[in-house]
Amino acid sequence: MATQEAVVTRPMTVTVNGQARFAEVETRLLLVHFLRETLGLTGTHIGCDTTSCGACTVLLEGTPVKSCTVFAVQAEGRQITTVEGLMSNGALHPIQQGFHEEHALQCGFCTPGMMLTSVALLAENPSPTDEQIRWAISGNVCRCTGYQNIVKAVQHAAAKLREET
Amino acid sequence: MATAHEIRGMGHSVPRKEDQRFIRGKGNYVDDVSLPGMLHMELLRSPYAHARIVVIDASRAQALPGVVAVVTGEALAAHNLAWMPTLSGDTQAVLATDKVRFQGQEVAAVIAETAYIAKDALELIDVEYDVLDAVPTPQQALAEGAPVIRDDKEGQTSNHIYHWEAGDREATERAFAEADKVVSLDTFYPRCHPAPLECCGCVADVNPATGKTTIYMTSQAPHAHRTLFALVAGLPEHQIRIVSPDLGGGFGNKVPIYPGYVCATAASLLIGRPVKWIEDRTGNLISTGFARDFHMHGELALRGDRMTGLKVKLLSDNGAFFADAQPTKFKAGLFHIVTGSYDIPAAFVEADGAYTNKAPGGVAYRCSFRVTEASFMIERLVQNAAYELGVDPADLRMKNFIKPEQFPYESATGFVYDSGDYPKALELALGKLGYKELRKEQAEARAQGKLIGIGLACFTEVVGAGPGKEYQIAGLRMFDSAELRVHPTGKAILKLGVKSQGQGHETTFAQIIAQELGIPYEDVEVMEGDTDNTPYGLGTYASRSTPVAGAAAAMISRELRDKAQKIAAHLLEAAEGDLEWEPGRFVVKGSPERAVTIQDIAFAAYTNVPDGLQAGLEGVHYYDPPNMTFPFGTYAVVVEIDRGTGAWKVRRVVAVDDCGYRINPMIVEGQIMGGLTEGYGIAAMELITFDEDGNCIGSTFMDYLLPTAWETPEFELDETVTPSPHHPLGAKGVGESATVGSPAAYVNAVVDALAHAGVRNIDMPVTSDKVWQALAEVGLAE
Repeated sequence: MATQEAVVTRPMTVTVNGQARFAEVETRLLLVHFLRETLGLTGTHIGCDTTSCGACTVLLEGTPVKSCTVFAVQAEGRQITTVEGLMSNGALHPIQQGFHEEHALQCGFCTPGMMLTSVALLAENPSPTDEQIRWAISGNVCRCTGYQNIVKAVQHAAAKLREET
Repeated sequence: MATAHEIRGMGHSVPRKEDQRFIRGKGNYVDDVSLPGMLHMELLRSPYAHARIVVIDASRAQALPGVVAVVTGEALAAHNLAWMPTLSGDTQAVLATDKVRFQGQEVAAVIAETAYIAKDALELIDVEYDVLDAVPTPQQALAEGAPVIRDDKEGQTSNHIYHWEAGDREATERAFAEADKVVSLDTFYPRCHPAPLECCGCVADVNPATGKTTIYMTSQAPHAHRTLFALVAGLPEHQIRIVSPDLGGGFGNKVPIYPGYVCATAASLLIGRPVKWIEDRTGNLISTGFARDFHMHGELALRGDRMTGLKVKLLSDNGAFFADAQPTKFKAGLFHIVTGSYDIPAAFVEADGAYTNKAPGGVAYRCSFRVTEASFMIERLVQNAAYELGVDPADLRMKNFIKPEQFPYESATGFVYDSGDYPKALELALGKLGYKELRKEQAEARAQGKLIGIGLACFTEVVGAGPGKEYQIAGLRMFDSAELRVHPTGKAILKLGVKSQGQGHETTFAQIIAQELGIPYEDVEVMEGDTDNTPYGLGTYASRSTPVAGAAAAMISRELRDKAQKIAAHLLEAAEGDLEWEPGRFVVKGSPERAVTIQDIAFAAYTNVPDGLQAGLEGVHYYDPPNMTFPFGTYAVVVEIDRGTGAWKVRRVVAVDDCGYRINPMIVEGQIMGGLTEGYGIAAMELITFDEDGNCIGSTFMDYLLPTAWETPEFELDETVTPSPHHPLGAKGVGESATVGSPAAYVNAVVDALAHAGVRNIDMPVTSDKVWQALAEVGLAE
């Protein structure tokens, strides 16, 4: 219980989508709230509070983490990528194109987390099988699409990324 | 008429317009709304299922720095807001005053400068409860001497809510008396939850100077909610503006009005600052609109292999307040569609509802008002009838289908089915599946001790309510609307009374306008959800957007096209009757070089209208459907059972859907795959249950399991097209077909694997342990 104790804050520095950000934050502030409320990056969503659904997934040093279960201060000095950081030079990332072209989203609420998990998978495994994709995204819940088109979208992005390199 | 690729009307799989903001993280969901001076609200919920409130002491919470107010039921009662009406004509506590009646019920609201402080303050509210015996099942609730849950209601002496009947009791009894076989099934369709990935929430902003009340809220029915707010809170309706922003899914969960919305609005009114309330997942699962919770007994009368009668008895668990979201006069929703795809001459349904110490709601989780339970009952019953008769389940269905030439078909419970071709859909599914070979494989596998099951479901839905004279919610007739404004440069904005939760309205409805007026779909913006800026409508649920608002969009396009023809005649100096419409232009018959485009006509509508004609190319249409639409299809599922563990694995899912003409086939298929997944979740794992004290088990996603990409099977889709004869576009609605039809197919598949040993039922969710028990009982467990 944090109730009547004095609020503890500390300064922190973190690089979000390539930009250094400084803030004085409560030590108990969750990373997802830091991103959404402090920095105004509302593309990261909250779906469950129990690390189950993956709507809040962001990349911490390239690794997907569920930002509802990470304290903001734990990101001190590290690199974070959110959905807002996927585009480069005004162009959509291949995963964004894949999700659009393969109809891999409906309500869009799981989409940012789903795309970031997929980006991390493709960085590690540029030619995944459908089964490997399904396993990789199994910590991200989608209630609308039934996943089949999400698998296609990740394959779409994988092919595009292989072409680019 | 098919439109060109540049226009892309009906039948084109156009990528979705709305994607552009979602893939960039630029959606605008309710939690993304932030207003200057905004406060945050959190709700204190009851830990008990049934208890008397002795005293609430909020003084410690009130003293916490950053807390602005603590609101209790008593405070609301002073403004006559402690109770609110439900969509089923009952009352529901906004904040409990006398008793708490389910675990998770709203007891107090804290309004603070931050959500963190508000949550801290919840722990400082001291509530003394006098705990009462909980009544967690309808059987206990209706037993003699059960504690009366709703002792707040004058004259309420039991927990019985309603008795409701449909069909013809006598004719059905006669059919049973004359039957040579009766097959029966007792099954419980358990409580599950729509669990959209985004929980419910709102930002209420009452302007203290003007009284204008703007409520950003997760609403599938913003116009109806505005009216209800006016009635509940006594606010003048013209000063209420509901804005339903991007919704992170709904599936029925965002149809009702919840206490959180009312508390936040009352708080904003009293404090004079905007108040945000965002529900957490536990709040969502334990207090908002659940689905199903029907205890069902069905009997099918047979003469030879002909179905001659059907009777079903239902016991509905409605929770502590009767808050089902459904047309008022149908107490068990549209369950009486239970005769399904079959020509059964006599049928009778009787339903009773009971109060229990559980959350209220009774929303249709991706379903048109209890059609899912009905479809499940008949498809399970027919499957079991085949086993009892020793005939193939596909053959029995084929023999008893309503035949294509029988449409329009009046069912024994009074529905008039608009159109259908059930044999065609079943044949297509069986062919695609390789049904005969599979049956052979099943027999061979069985001989080797391996268990394979094939499950079918040949569902028929009833969707797209109204007509308004028959279907009303809280007195509001179930029409819907479309307002179309074609601007001088030929671009258009379409405003709707419905509200997408992910269905892709911005794309599909633009394609309707493209189809009807020839304006390219890119040039049509679709707007919904803002009650100040869209025409009145009843909202999106029960697969009604395309059947009702889609028809309204087509009708207003046609009205504007009639006006465009007059302007075209003026521009071409021709008689109106000499003009022919081609997608996007009027042409003088026989002189193809003399033509004007819809864009030229739009410009003339504001710059060069003929004498006697009003300027502009705008209008609104309120569409009251003449009948419901009846989508149908066949789902076939193949499973393999592990005799050692009872685990079942889906090998194949073949889904043939007939939803009439498809406006955007890609979006339609997306809807079907989503529904097949939720159907799988319901069949395999989704369960809200309670212990004997009424504690909710299933209050987080660690207990309430949802299918992930790992478990979810691959789907093989196909289609037949039987247009609705009364819908202007021949469309029927598709959003819920797969959740309605598929649970029976999955369960039938598992039961089919064990049927030769005499297994006839396993209740949902069909978990491995239940299957193992069933295997063990018939000596098949390893």
